[in-house]
Amino acid sequence: MTGEPTLAPEILPAGPDGVLLRFGLKPQPLAMAAAQVLAGELDSDLPHGVVEIAPALVSVLLRFDPAATSRAVLARDVLARAERIAGSRPAPPAPLRRWTIPASFGGDDGPQLAEVAELLGVSQDAATRQLCTADLRVLTIGFAPGQPYIGLLPPAWNLPRMPDLNPNVPAGAVVVAVRQIVMFGAESATGWRQIARAAFRTFRPERDEPMPLRAGDAIRYTPASAAEIATLAREADGMGGATVEMLR
Amino acid sequence: MTCLRIIRADGILTVQDMGRPGHLAQGLSRGGAMDRQALIEAAALLGSVRPLAAIEMAGAGGAFGVSEPTRVALTGAPMVATLDDAPLRWHASHRLQPGQTLRIGGAQAGVHGYLTPAGGIATPEWLGSRAAHLTIGIGEALEGGSALPCHPDPDPDRPDRVIDAAARFNGGTVRVMDGPQTGLFDEAMLDAFFGTDFTRGPRGNRQGVQLQADARFTSDQAAGLASDVIGPGDVQMTGDGVPYVLMAECQTIGGYPRIGQVIPADLPVIAQAVPGAVLRFQRLTAVQADALYRSDAVALREAAGRCRNLVRDPATIPDLLSYQLVGGVTAGRELEE
Repeated sequence: MTGEPTLAPEILPAGPDGVLLRFGLKPQPLAMAAAQVLAGELDSDLPHGVVEIAPALVSVLLRFDPAATSRAVLARDVLARAERIAGSRPAPPAPLRRWTIPASFGGDDGPQLAEVAELLGVSQDAATRQLCTADLRVLTIGFAPGQPYIGLLPPAWNLPRMPDLNPNVPAGAVVVAVRQIVMFGAESATGWRQIARAAFRTFRPERDEPMPLRAGDAIRYTPASAAEIATLAREADGMGGATVEMLR
Repeated sequence: MTCLRIIRADGILTVQDMGRPGHLAQGLSRGGAMDRQALIEAAALLGSVRPLAAIEMAGAGGAFGVSEPTRVALTGAPMVATLDDAPLRWHASHRLQPGQTLRIGGAQAGVHGYLTPAGGIATPEWLGSRAAHLTIGIGEALEGGSALPCHPDPDPDRPDRVIDAAARFNGGTVRVMDGPQTGLFDEAMLDAFFGTDFTRGPRGNRQGVQLQADARFTSDQAAGLASDVIGPGDVQMTGDGVPYVLMAECQTIGGYPRIGQVIPADLPVIAQAVPGAVLRFQRLTAVQADALYRSDAVALREAAGRCRNLVRDPATIPDLLSYQLVGGVTAGRELEE
């Protein structure tokens, strides 16, 4: 371990009705944990005048009503919270809830599992087991509605993106790179490697909860057969057999 | 219920309103009208206290009819409009009767025109908005033969109105406030960016608009940046240093560095810039930008002050259309100052 730099949180303008609190420029685990702690704290104790909170990997955006508060007042409040969190060398906060999501690993559903296992120097079964037992959280949601960035996988999974794009991965594709997982909501091109496929759909506009995942949610993948995933994919709600439990 | 019939669609027609803010954490951008000023000017013309859901017409309009007497506002990019072959003034509201045909042709300047019925379009809402967001499968491009439900005109006898539209249809100078990543660009690169005349590139849609220049604008710190929250107005540098301005349907998280953010008051200039239009950028600090901030409600009151009754019968003034187009292009020199 190379040792992480200390966090130096910055508060920055983000449009006429926004401020961004950023713990670092790179996706270092400590900065990511701090951003998650801050987002959780802001959610439960919203500063006056804030109308929206959006956590990213190492930052949190706050949108405010300029008629109700000012950039300066909000910046002072958020920076004070961030400095306290940064000084505490934070760990990722305990999740509020955990999703268990069936996925089919390898084969047609995970055409690059073999390649990933080889890069890790383990068997495909062992790679699958590592992913399914890792302590995973939704780090942020983005790129498309409801689509999660999930992490962090163990350090050995710090795999680079591929030099050439995967031209077409299907909806539900579970792809990996840089210790993270993305689960695609729709067919997509990607530079990440596809190792599994879930029947869970991260975005269904007609569902009561069109975008059910939240940043901070714990994620546990559970292995299923290709046939089981194909059956689950036919269910109308797009939940693909995923279950959620409240943890606190 | 009043019906707005689409007899023929010539441009890309979608229902748009002010969008659905508040879902960034779930990866959903606000969406809504590309030129929000056009919906504000339409509300001012129609006497509405808030912007209404309208038809956004990209490039060209089509032919339209109504089932009940209703006023409509024509705002945004000026397009040639006729009512049963009599010319209609753009940047104005007009009374439509059942059986009449409103024809809206190609844009004379700018890109996005708006047709707003006085009661507002009344299609079902999704997450509090009627706006089509085609990239994620919300709503649809409107086709000839379809019809949209509208709320009835609350004041159908109100006289026709005309507005001095804010200048935004021929490019010009656009103000950019410092954003979270402005500091990732060195001073020389910032000076170069704010000293360059760009043209609006051939690539552009509701997600973003490409800018062209010979120079490239890169940051030494771009490699390995953590993806961050992005939004409409952000000026993003792709890997090869070509700027894109992010628009209504942009993604919510991105990894390219952003040199700043076009302030909302000037974003319609980008939305309405046709390929080849010249665009320049003026840098503002956050303090300067904050001093210019106006809420939509304030912008609507200000737009109402630019409206007056349309007292002359436009059909009797043969050169009216060209007169109005010139006015729309040159008014409001505040952008240059």
